[in-house]
Amino acid sequence: MKVGVDMACSPLPPPSPTEGEGERMHGRSVLHKMDIIFEGIKKAFWLIITFDPEVFRITLLSLQVSGTATLISLLIGVSAGTLIALSQFPGKRFTVSLVNTGMGLPPVVVGLFVTIFLWRNGPLGFLGILYTPIAMILAQAVIATPIVMGITVAAIQHLPPKLKLQILALGATHLQMVWILIKEAKLPLLAGVMVGFGGVISEVGASIMVGGNIKGYSRVLTTATVMETSRGNFDVAIALGIILLLLAYFVNLILTTIQQRERTR
Amino acid sequence: MRPVLLFVFTMIVLLSAPGMNIVQAQQKNIILATTTSTLDSGLLDVLVPVFEKKTGFFVKTIAVGSGQAMAMGQRGEADVLLVHSPEAEKKMVAEGYGINRRIVMHNDYIIAGPKEDPAKIKGIKLVSEAFKKLALANALFLSRSDNSGTHAKEKSIWKTAGINPEEGKWYQQTGLGMGQTLNVAAEKKGYTLADRGTYLALKKNLNLDILVEGDAILLNVYHVIEVNPAKWPKVNSAGAKAFSEFLVSKEAQEVIKTFGVEKFGSPLFFPVAGKKEEELGKP
Repeated sequence: MKVGVDMACSPLPPPSPTEGEGERMHGRSVLHKMDIIFEGIKKAFWLIITFDPEVFRITLLSLQVSGTATLISLLIGVSAGTLIALSQFPGKRFTVSLVNTGMGLPPVVVGLFVTIFLWRNGPLGFLGILYTPIAMILAQAVIATPIVMGITVAAIQHLPPKLKLQILALGATHLQMVWILIKEAKLPLLAGVMVGFGGVISEVGASIMVGGNIKGYSRVLTTATVMETSRGNFDVAIALGIILLLLAYFVNLILTTIQQRERTR
Repeated sequence: MRPVLLFVFTMIVLLSAPGMNIVQAQQKNIILATTTSTLDSGLLDVLVPVFEKKTGFFVKTIAVGSGQAMAMGQRGEADVLLVHSPEAEKKMVAEGYGINRRIVMHNDYIIAGPKEDPAKIKGIKLVSEAFKKLALANALFLSRSDNSGTHAKEKSIWKTAGINPEEGKWYQQTGLGMGQTLNVAAEKKGYTLADRGTYLALKKNLNLDILVEGDAILLNVYHVIEVNPAKWPKVNSAGAKAFSEFLVSKEAQEVIKTFGVEKFGSPLFFPVAGKKEEELGKP
């Protein structure tokens, strides 16, 4: 009887006699892995509330690089996409299929080509921008542009064909007509921007190749996560991952707000 | 036209915020191509700032395998190399792509494997013997296979052992860096050849033991090489020279000597500037 009481009071339940040694070892190692995730979450909050300067700098650079790249892709993607959608020319279907394929451009391939072009002794070597944030913006813009362009083409083509005639009939100039069509397609276009931004903020292959993951200079959240993982600092890596998710969430929240507000008006 | 204004405004805010140093004086930049072990261990995070503060140069550290680092040097895409693949290094210098090859530091390789050690190689003195035993036992072996210095060393040991491992199913090629390959080995309960520094740095998360160590063949020597400006005029030779001289200076050697002692209980690298490679005994 006394034994039973003792066991009930002990903080840990006694191992059940049927449980095998192997299973218990397995259970413990699962617990250990869960611990790492928990440690990572704790670390993330700690890094955020203490305003860790290194992490802050990395996060800011991620936002700057991917934000600028997305803006460039928006400029090129929307204008070129609208042009493709509104004009008729031989090989249009082929062009659109190329753009759509470009939506799936593998970042490492882009990184490789941009690196080769930017080498000191490469065709654009005179610019001297390899291993700088500018090279990262360039590579990410190359990744995001086909995404924005492809979605723009689909969005503009999806508008009722008679809308174009109607706008022109009301006396709008050609440029005004294009502007109105773009405004009409705002909802899918902003979705395109979100996809483009999501693609580049989470991309690591190109950034590490053309940026070099240089401390305090071209290190962004994704490249830092890779590095911390290979250093075995899994808690920091998880923390950086969480910060990346938070950043992506807030940017998308802002974009979604713009998107939905325009819709209800 | 409101969206256009918004666009321009966001662009200006993004580009003008601190954190992005767009303008960099070219002649102050040094591109250092090095191995993953020097960065992953954290050594360069300590050494580079000391150098930058002292000289005003800005070091762009590109951490890749030794093979890729030397390829970058050979194409004139890096100014200075810190690598550990002696045979390939000698070839590079002989071909005139690299100059002033100087010894900096060393540590050693080890065979890491599961505690249970199914192939029973623990304690074997000759690494080639241990490799033979692994092949005979068909024990899972994880190879870096990324042309790194470690991979080159591994290949040379297989050659000494007289075995072509690529034919075996038990021989798996990760194509990853040292840290990731160690993690794969730990998860799959396999064996791998690793440099002691990376192993020590990751030890706490690995279920791997050091099974074989101490063979003279396992010596891991790091050299600094300047890329030859005669071959590639765009190379920052002054910066390369300054960095190379810094690495073998008393100050840097002192940093290397004490690096890691506090965190891992033993140094990760042993400074040996000025010595000859042949003089190095067992670490």
